[in-house]
Amino acid sequence: MSVGLLLSLWRAGYAQQEKTSYETRKLKVKEVNLVSSYYQQDGNKSAVTGGIGTEKLSDYAQSIDLVLKATDQRHRQHTLAFDLNIDHYTSASSDRIDPLTVSSASRSDTHIYPSITWNIHDDVTRTTRGISFSYSTEYDYKSYGVNLNFVKASAGNNREISLKAGAFFDTWSVILPPELRPEGYGSGAEGDRDPIAYKPRNSYSAGLSLSQVINKRLQVLLTVEPAFQQGLLSTPFHRMYFKDGSETVERLPGSRLKLPIGFRLHYFLGDHVVLRTFYRYYIDDWGMQAHTINVETPVKLSSFASISPFYRYSHQTAVRYFAAYGQHAPTDRYYTSDYDISGFNSQFVGAGLRLAPPGGVLGVGHWQSAELRYGHYVRTTGMVANSLTLLVKLK
Amino acid sequence: MKKRIRTLSVTALSITLPILGLSACVSVKEYQKSRINDADMELSARKSEKFEQNFYLYREGAAGANGGKSGGGCGCN
Repeated sequence: MSVGLLLSLWRAGYAQQEKTSYETRKLKVKEVNLVSSYYQQDGNKSAVTGGIGTEKLSDYAQSIDLVLKATDQRHRQHTLAFDLNIDHYTSASSDRIDPLTVSSASRSDTHIYPSITWNIHDDVTRTTRGISFSYSTEYDYKSYGVNLNFVKASAGNNREISLKAGAFFDTWSVILPPELRPEGYGSGAEGDRDPIAYKPRNSYSAGLSLSQVINKRLQVLLTVEPAFQQGLLSTPFHRMYFKDGSETVERLPGSRLKLPIGFRLHYFLGDHVVLRTFYRYYIDDWGMQAHTINVETPVKLSSFASISPFYRYSHQTAVRYFAAYGQHAPTDRYYTSDYDISGFNSQFVGAGLRLAPPGGVLGVGHWQSAELRYGHYVRTTGMVANSLTLLVKLK
Repeated sequence: MKKRIRTLSVTALSITLPILGLSACVSVKEYQKSRINDADMELSARKSEKFEQNFYLYREGAAGANGGKSGGGCGCN
């Protein structure tokens, strides 16, 4: 009798243990985010044609990220995130890399970049460790990336320090404008058997972030993220025209050290308004300095709807190797007419509308929220852009 | 080169040190964090800003420290 009782208790205990183990290990979908975006720009200072010519470009981007969560036997939370992004763009300036070749470098191209991230969070030690791998491919460019991160929170979870390190190993297919190709050098177009060169571009970055809850309504974050790049940092099909009328492709140094320092301050004003502010100072060893300010004020219209107007202002100085079309001397060591690294001010203004009804969007229980965001971008170089994004969150 | 590295280091320290002084902040308990834990208070860029951050990276010279990409992709068009 006692043996039978012991056996049944053991079985019950085993069953309980088995059930608990099963529950702690179960992998669940935490959330799915779908992002669709349309971006178009126009201007008249394309680097492909030496700082003059159309910058017209349109880009359709789709992204899906799937976040899975599980708890292990030591009660650590594992998060697996799969992220797949696809951009399809058409670019008038790229069409001018080689006007004679219809399938030239990328009049239109598709850029695909998946990534996978694994994080382990331990409540006991208040730490999170993570690793991620990424890949990126487009017509003339391939990239492999790896990132490591470590986060440690304070006892009351009011302070957090985060460290990260990353590296990207990229390869360029060197596509040159047709008039500047050496004898026997290929176009890079499909079907062209003449060879082209391949050059590396590697990027290494480190990051230190410190966040602090100041009081019940205010928290701040400081991020310092130095980065170093080496390899082919110029774009091989960016034309350059010198003062004497001669032509070549842009030439830039083989390394670049960047130091961006970002500061976020988020404040909950009253019961319905949040003030999100961001400032970044940037300096690099090519002579560029930049200041960027972003202010966004989400206003909660009701318990499930909010509207978020935003404004971003950025000022940057030119790299020391920049000059406009026909302004460089042929004796210069480095030269570019790429207005993306010239001196300018830019403004980006717009608003987002977010809906998160309790029963799900349009009554669909798993559709947790929808956000529509529009922004208009202007640059003092004359470039103008518009961006429209839809975010759908499923849980 | 040494001068540039010194300038970068001084800039980083001048911003980092005041923040480290924030250790004297009020301790906020978990049950007092209803506003701090609001989705709009999250100390990162929004998911809906994902592609906007890509075009900043491609169309501007300054990049990083904002939660966006720091490499991988040419952005040359």
